[in-house]
Formats: sequence, C-alpha cells, structure tokens
Amino acid sequence: MEGANDSAVKESCHCGGCNSSGNGKFLNETPMLDQLESGPWPSFISGFKELAERTQKPMLRGVLDQLEYSYNTKMGYWKGGLVTVDGYGAGIITRYSMIKDKFPEAAEFHTMRIQPAPGLHYNTAMLRELCDTWEKYGSGIITLHGQTGDIMLQGIEQDKVQECFDELNQKGWDLGGAGAGMRTGVSCIGQARCDNACYDNLKLHLDALKYFSGRVHRPEWNYKLKFKFSGCPNDCTNAIMRSDLAVIGTWRDAIAIDHDEVKAWIAEKGVDALVNNVINHCPTKAITLKEGGIQIDTGDCVRCMHCINAMSKALSPGKEKGIALLMGGKNTLKVGVNMGSLIVPFMKMETDEDREAFLELIEEIIDWWDDAGLDHERIGETIERVGLKQFLDGVGIEYDINQISRPRDNPYFKAKY
Amino acid sequence: MSSQERTWKTIESGPHTYEEALHPVVRKNYGKWKYHEIPKPGVLKHVAESGDTIWTVRAGTPRQDTIDKVRQLCDVADKYSDGFLRFTVRNNVEFLTPNGENVEPMIAELESLGFPVGGTGMCVSAVSHTQGWLHCDIPATDASGVVKSMMDTVYNEFKDMQMPNKVRLSTSCCSINCGGQADIAVVVKHTRPPRINHEHLVKTCELPKAVARCPVAAIRPTVVDGKKSLMVDEAKCICCGACFGACPAMEINHPEHSKFAVWVGGKNSNARSKPSTMSLVAHNLPNNPPRWPEVTEVVGRILTAYKAGGRPWERIGEWINRIGWKRFFEETGLQFDDNMIDSYRHARTTFNQSAHIRF
Repeated sequence: MEGANDSAVKESCHCGGCNSSGNGKFLNETPMLDQLESGPWPSFISGFKELAERTQKPMLRGVLDQLEYSYNTKMGYWKGGLVTVDGYGAGIITRYSMIKDKFPEAAEFHTMRIQPAPGLHYNTAMLRELCDTWEKYGSGIITLHGQTGDIMLQGIEQDKVQECFDELNQKGWDLGGAGAGMRTGVSCIGQARCDNACYDNLKLHLDALKYFSGRVHRPEWNYKLKFKFSGCPNDCTNAIMRSDLAVIGTWRDAIAIDHDEVKAWIAEKGVDALVNNVINHCPTKAITLKEGGIQIDTGDCVRCMHCINAMSKALSPGKEKGIALLMGGKNTLKVGVNMGSLIVPFMKMETDEDREAFLELIEEIIDWWDDAGLDHERIGETIERVGLKQFLDGVGIEYDINQISRPRDNPYFKAKY
Repeated sequence: MSSQERTWKTIESGPHTYEEALHPVVRKNYGKWKYHEIPKPGVLKHVAESGDTIWTVRAGTPRQDTIDKVRQLCDVADKYSDGFLRFTVRNNVEFLTPNGENVEPMIAELESLGFPVGGTGMCVSAVSHTQGWLHCDIPATDASGVVKSMMDTVYNEFKDMQMPNKVRLSTSCCSINCGGQADIAVVVKHTRPPRINHEHLVKTCELPKAVARCPVAAIRPTVVDGKKSLMVDEAKCICCGACFGACPAMEINHPEHSKFAVWVGGKNSNARSKPSTMSLVAHNLPNNPPRWPEVTEVVGRILTAYKAGGRPWERIGEWINRIGWKRFFEETGLQFDDNMIDSYRHARTTFNQSAHIRF
C-alpha cells in the first residue's frame, strides 16, 4: 500500500528508548532481528530486548540468540518433549533447543498455556498478578493470545513449572488444553458490550469448559476438540471455520425494525445508500422498499446479519433468541479445509437447564466420535467419512432441512422396500 | 519436580471467571445493549437500553508481548478505563470507559507508547498468526517477523477506515495454517518432499503413525542399513508436511525449498455470502527474513486493487466473485498458473461447471 514505501524508510521508534536498549551490555548482537525494530507497527523484538535488558534473564538472551540464528539459517530449532504438572497430562508445551551446545541459555523454553476469562476480559489486578508470577518464575514473554485462545506464558524451565502453576492456580488460573483432548475455548465479547449477541456466550463458555475440565487436562480422545462461542452469525471468533463445535447465536422470529430510525438513516445517508448498500446486499432478496421505508420478509431471511450491521440503530436481531450448532470446522491438514456444517439449527440458551441440555448433547456427540472416529481424525473428518446421516442417527439428532444446502443429486442409497 | 514439598492441592477451575473483569457499566447493561456507532477510527460507541454509553478505544499490539508491555497497558487502563481492558481475537487491546472525555487523552497516550489506535470498521485488521521460529517445533518461518513487516506496510490502513469492507489477514508458518482462513493469508508452502533422517527416525518415531499420517499414501516402510525405516514416493508426495508433525525425522523444512504462498477470499462471517475458504493466487515466493519484501509486495498489490475496485461492504472474496478471477489477476498483476488448478480432493467444486465465461 501507499504506507509501504513510507514505513520502510521511516526509521521511527515508538516504544520508548528501544534503540538505546539494544546495544546494552547484557545482550549479544542481533543484526537480523534489529531490522524488525524500525517501522511504525509495534516491534516484538524491541519488546523482548527491553525486557531482557531490564530483567537480565539469561534465557531471554539465549532465545534471542537462537532466534537470530534461525533468521540467518532459515530453520527452526525447537523440539518437543513431555513436561507437565502433577495430575495433568496437557497444558505445558515443551520446548528444548536442538542446538543447546550453541545456545545453552536457551536449552529449555517451555510454554504454559493458561485459560483466560471468556471474552478475553481482564481487570488490571488480574493481569498484574499474572505478570508478577510470570516475572518470578518465567521469561516474562507473554502471547496475548494463542490461536486456540490461551494466554501463552512463553519461556520457563522444567524445575520451575510446578511452583509457577501452583501460584497461578491459587489466583484462579488454570492450564489450557493441548493434544487429543478438549481445548481452551474462545468467545467474542458477547453480551458484555455487543448489541448483536443472541445468547450469553461468556456464561456458556465458562460452564462448558468447567464441565470438560478433566478432559482439557487429561487428553483421551482421537484428536483435539475445540469450542468457539460467537454471539451472532457475524462469527467474530471464526468459529465455523476454526472449531469442531461452533456455537453461533441466532434468532427465530423477525428482525426487529425501528421504522423511525430507518427513516432517520435514509434522511442521513439517502435512498441510493439504502438500495446499494443494504437492499442489494441481502443474500435472499428479503428486503423491499415500502412507503419510503423497508419491509423484511422473515420467511426469506437467513439471518446473515448484513442489514443489521449496516443499520445498527434501526435493525436488531429478533426476540426469540438462541444458538445454532455447527460442527467440523478445521484447517488444512490432511483432507483440506473443512467448514463446519449445521447440525442443530436452534436451541434455546437462556437458563441453566438449557445449558445442561446442551452439554448433554455434546457428551452424546463425543461418545459417538469416541466409537466411530479413527486416531488423529477430527470430528468433521469422521462425519465426512462415515456420513452426515449416519452421524445424526448415531447421536440421535433430528433431521432438519437446514442441515443441507440441497437434497442429494445422486440416486445411490438404499431405501426400504 | 518438587512434588514432595507441595502443599497446594490443584483446583481444576478451567477458564478464569469473568464477572470481576467487566466494567461496572458493562455489568449493569449486560445483554441490554441497543446499538453501536464508530464515531472515528479506533473508537466504538455502544449505547444501552438504559441510555448508558460505553466508549471503546482499540489499539494494535505486537501479540508477542512482554510483562513490561502488559503492565504499560494496565497503566493506561488504570488511568482511563477504571482498570478494565480486554483483547480481541485479532490481538488488539480494548479499553472500555463510560467517560467520553477519556477517549482523546487515552488515544494520545496509547499512540505515544507505540500502540496504534485503529482496527475498527472498514480497515485492514491486525494479523491472526502463529508462533514460528520463536517457539514452534515445526515452523518453516517466523510469523511474528512477517506480521511486523506486513503491518508496517499497512499501518495507515489499520488506523483508517478507507477500505470497501474489513480486511482480515493471517500468517502461518506451515501448511497446517494455524493462522486460519482470511481475506488475505500468507502461508508457508513446502516445495520439496521430506528428506528422511534415518538415524534420527529409528530413535524417535513410531513408523505406523508416520505412514498413517500421509494423506496420499506416499510413505512406505523400508529397511536402511539393516534397520527398519521409511521411504517417500516423491512422485506421489504433495509436500504437505503432515508426516513431520508425527515424526520429526521426516525433514520437510528447508531454507530454500520452503516457500511462501498467498491466498485470498477467506471469510468467516455469514454476512451477505456464506463463509468461504481461500484460493491460491501467488506462490513460490522466497522465505526472505528479516523483512520478507516479496510477500508484502504481493499483499500490497491485492490491497491496492481491492481498495480501488471493491464496492462498499464487499469483502475481498465477494469483490472477486463480482469481477471474476480473470480480472482479479489482471488488476493485481499477479500471474495465474497451472498449480492454481485444484488437483486434490473435491477439486471439481472449483471447476467452472457452466458456460459463464469472461473475456
């Protein structure tokens, strides 16, 4: 973009003295990494260097040296292993340097996956406590957040892991998932701030992950299983593509229209904008112009969110709200990208009983997968291999026309005769 | 481990609780928000049914943070948002305050600390990405470095709202693509089948697991120097790297032969069109640290063409659906080639099974 040329030449530094810290006595020279300190976007390298110069932790020096070596040789040098805390079989990502003879200070660089609060909400007391404990036992490097949704405390030695965990656990933190078990969940901001959120995803997230806690910490399945909780079909957690169990808020009745606000919107932005940017973008042509305002045919509406996004003040989800469950989202390996597909079109999600019924359904689904799945097979792959119909029968989920985009186009099935 | 002296008994508490992490105004209006506006880039205004208003200031972070940086963010939150903050799934930090007068001073302070305020509405959003050489055990590159280089070039587009619709970016260090589907994704593509480290293999790998991991049955048992090992049928191998995860002796990474590919048109939202997966539009780009200029150049071309040609609300994939792939390649100047014709499972879903033709 236009900014590209500017920023490449602009040697600006916004991070408060990072240029001076790099040449301190503690760190070794890292000329490759230093090139990532220029430019306007905040530099992780500057952050690491400042931290290293302040705390003088040898692990940080070793890790920067090894990273510099990677930048020069274009290869990675970490290998896995088995480090854990008492009673758990997952949650610590073990990393040993493959070249510790060269960089003995980076011999061990394990990560602790920590489950944040649903919606990634913090108060500063929580975060400061976390930082203080991490400064005491670990490197001080934190990733906010990992792709599965964890706080990643990166860089601790094996003999400090248990003590660090105990201190964090006493403050209400627990390890996240890894391996062939339930993984840490992800939620969007939900009803905490969003006018589109159709269910209390933070509450369901907390209940579900507490319920499956044992299977987060002691993986026992064919492969990983991920929950993501999005408040509405905008799917800000990318649940449909990125989770085995995508819980998407939706509603069953009509979109709520405030006709006065529709008129105010048109008065401000004009009919051209209404037609071009709202009506024409409706995927099922459910919106028509009527008497200077709009009319939405609820029977045609697929609850995609576009018109609500475009006219936040005038339109909102209906009153009969709940969730839809899609299943099977996963990325490339090995069969190619798989989008989650719709399994349950609607469930109420208001009471503790609703949440319990949901978790019972998930238990049934996992039982089926335990029996039908193969080693290293995500649940979406199992469903594709065995068949959607066989999955629905196996779990006892009702057929629904919404589960398919159209009926089959081949005659190869056995009907009763 | 010092389990003998251990006195603490683990509480398997799961996620941290969230109620104490919500601003009192958020708690009061939980589930009762009426509408929202984006008064300016980086700032959201949410109004509740009660009439209460909460302002959000959003800023980019490096994601690979440190306790020092996190404490800086805490200082900002203590000063301007009553000690509450949160993060988005794209690694932006958000400060929520009912006090509109705090917005401008907070923006000034965040900018002075080096955190760019933006990432809202029709912008180029921050990158969802993976660990890379810093921490991963199978990476061919360092996502954080690619991200830093890329975000330096789209800094203004992050801070502004001048795109047709939001642009989600992702970066991944191997073909597993932990960064995810995005409007534009930068993903490692191996071009050479794995070299087998036979000495290492016998010590570290379960042979049947590595054989079973291959999606095209290209790995077979063999005997090397009298010891059981594996061989790869290089004609069959699709260079996916799946075996490397099961067995580190299947050395897929290579400083020259592990390249970069750029993909476009991924969309997770259901708004307008259904969610969509990405298509390959550039590959064989070099893995060129520390700044990966060839990659950022391709991303820049795509963004420039989309910004010029996209209509309001069209995401990149929707824009391409309207103008067609032929014009996409013409307008970006990227080169369509035969490797972009799908040859894997379900390939026919990408064929043009119609007489709809663009000239």
